Amino acid sequence: MMHRAARNPLLWIVLVLLSMVIIGPLVAMALTSLKTTAESQTSPPTLWPEVFTWRAYEVLFAAADNPILQWFANSMISAAAHAVLVVTVASMAGYAFARMEFPGKNVLFGVVLSTMFVPGFIFLMPNFITLDTIGWLDTLLAVIVPGAAGAFGVFFMRQFFLRLPKEFEESARIDGAGPLRTFWSIVLPNTRPAMVTLLVISFLANWNDFIWPIFVLFSDANLTLPVGLSKLQGAYTIDYPVVMAGAVIASLPVLLLYVFVQRYVIDGVAASGVKG
Amino acid sequence: MSTRRTTRRSTQHGSPLTPFLFLAPYLLLFTAFVAVPAVFGLWISAHDWDYLLDHRPFVGFGNYANLLDPDSVAFGDFWNGMTNTALFTVVSVPFLLSIPLGVAMLLHMKFPGRTFFRAVFFAPYVLGVAVIGLMWRYLLDGNFGLVNAILGTDISWTTSQPWAWIALVAVTVWWTMGFNAIIYLAGLGDIPPDHYEAAALDGANALQRFRHITIPGIQPVFVFVAVTTILASANMFGQSYLITQGGPSQSTQTALMVITELGLSRFQMGQAAAQSYVLAFFLGIISILTFLATRDRDQARERRALRKGVRGVAR
Repeated sequence: MMHRAARNPLLWIVLVLLSMVIIGPLVAMALTSLKTTAESQTSPPTLWPEVFTWRAYEVLFAAADNPILQWFANSMISAAAHAVLVVTVASMAGYAFARMEFPGKNVLFGVVLSTMFVPGFIFLMPNFITLDTIGWLDTLLAVIVPGAAGAFGVFFMRQFFLRLPKEFEESARIDGAGPLRTFWSIVLPNTRPAMVTLLVISFLANWNDFIWPIFVLFSDANLTLPVGLSKLQGAYTIDYPVVMAGAVIASLPVLLLYVFVQRYVIDGVAASGVKG
Repeated sequence: MSTRRTTRRSTQHGSPLTPFLFLAPYLLLFTAFVAVPAVFGLWISAHDWDYLLDHRPFVGFGNYANLLDPDSVAFGDFWNGMTNTALFTVVSVPFLLSIPLGVAMLLHMKFPGRTFFRAVFFAPYVLGVAVIGLMWRYLLDGNFGLVNAILGTDISWTTSQPWAWIALVAVTVWWTMGFNAIIYLAGLGDIPPDHYEAAALDGANALQRFRHITIPGIQPVFVFVAVTTILASANMFGQSYLITQGGPSQSTQTALMVITELGLSRFQMGQAAAQSYVLAFFLGIISILTFLATRDRDQARERRALRKGVRGVAR
């Protein structure tokens, strides 16, 4: 099987062509960010810049009303805080659902799980009003906290805890450890792969979130990168290198993260499907 | 029996409040941002809830009735958005289900560099809709976009129909192909290889193996992919918002764009909330139908297999 597939030239032609279709646009985006404004508007377009220039990046970093570094920092804080929050609350709740007995457990888990099938836009108006009431509109809390109540994290962690051998915890209990200590020193260290997976996919989801932040963040200084980028598009309608430079800056961290933890991302996605 | 009870008690040691201690942080978030809002949204939808006004009179089903009344202000935009969303879903879903399956089968073969290609095909998905939207808007530009240059065409991809829809569907396929492919791949990985070997020994050709082993093998995963893809398509927002800006003449304005524009930009939250529940209602029906359609076949096959099995035993 291995040899036959590997030697099939058709397979390789298809793979290489598909890869070019996938990667090509990203390369074009990066190259455009290095062109002059004039060259970005020539017809027919060039792929390779005739003149390489960092001008677009200079414009981006110099413009006082487009604080891209601030947006970058906002996105970093938001995505990191969101991911940590998700992993914390989801692993605690997932552990309770996997290993503890309490009245109403199945009903409660059913309710939590059923919200996975409720479309998110239902919550747009009420959550906007809630955030306004508690004074979180136009703050990063608005993009960090509400999304952390999703059911997927709890479900994902619970599945992992269910597969963990009970012997770990039993020996800890025999040694006299309480539930909190057992969870912290025995269970969590053995959950690292699941936690990393959930951490990474929560980070990516928050970094890329678009529809919610564009409505709950208003001030230039408080925007996340995706929202800032969509404003850039309005401000630099004809200066495409600047817009593409912004897109490159928004892409680099997630692409780099993806290169290093690719296995965790793919495992997380695969798990969401197979167990769902 | 008594040993069993002891073991059981030992799993449940600690205070009876311990489980709730573990659940508390999550349940707090869940209550505040999921459970209460789900009901609060219905309350909003029953009022003429203008965010900027203090007086928000109760209108009962008035906001819903407006959606059936061609003379109401909300009617035209809402059904235009619903129609556009339905169109996008109907056109995009077949591609979003079939192309990733092809990719997954390709990547399921054993060859050196398989992990690399898997990573490449998934890469666009880790970029958010903001990045891919801005990027494709430039590449699809009618005058100086690379797409026209490569295809040797002169098409206004973002400002004329049907090209705007073709572009939006193609971009969505390009963006999310890897996501569905990975889920399919996991499903393909669960099919025992000896099924294929047995079929090959029985002289089944590639097509027959696909039809009788692959398809039934990925059935549960297919149901999941189909339902999530339909839901995602019905949630389409960013691609239209960034690439076509809902145009030309609102022909790519999706339901979610209409709802957010009405509720979160013009602050007519009561009417917008009602619209979001109507959209959710349609989605619920479609998900259930998809689920039943794909599941029934599954059960029918199980019943057939069972009958065959019973016959086999009787013989």
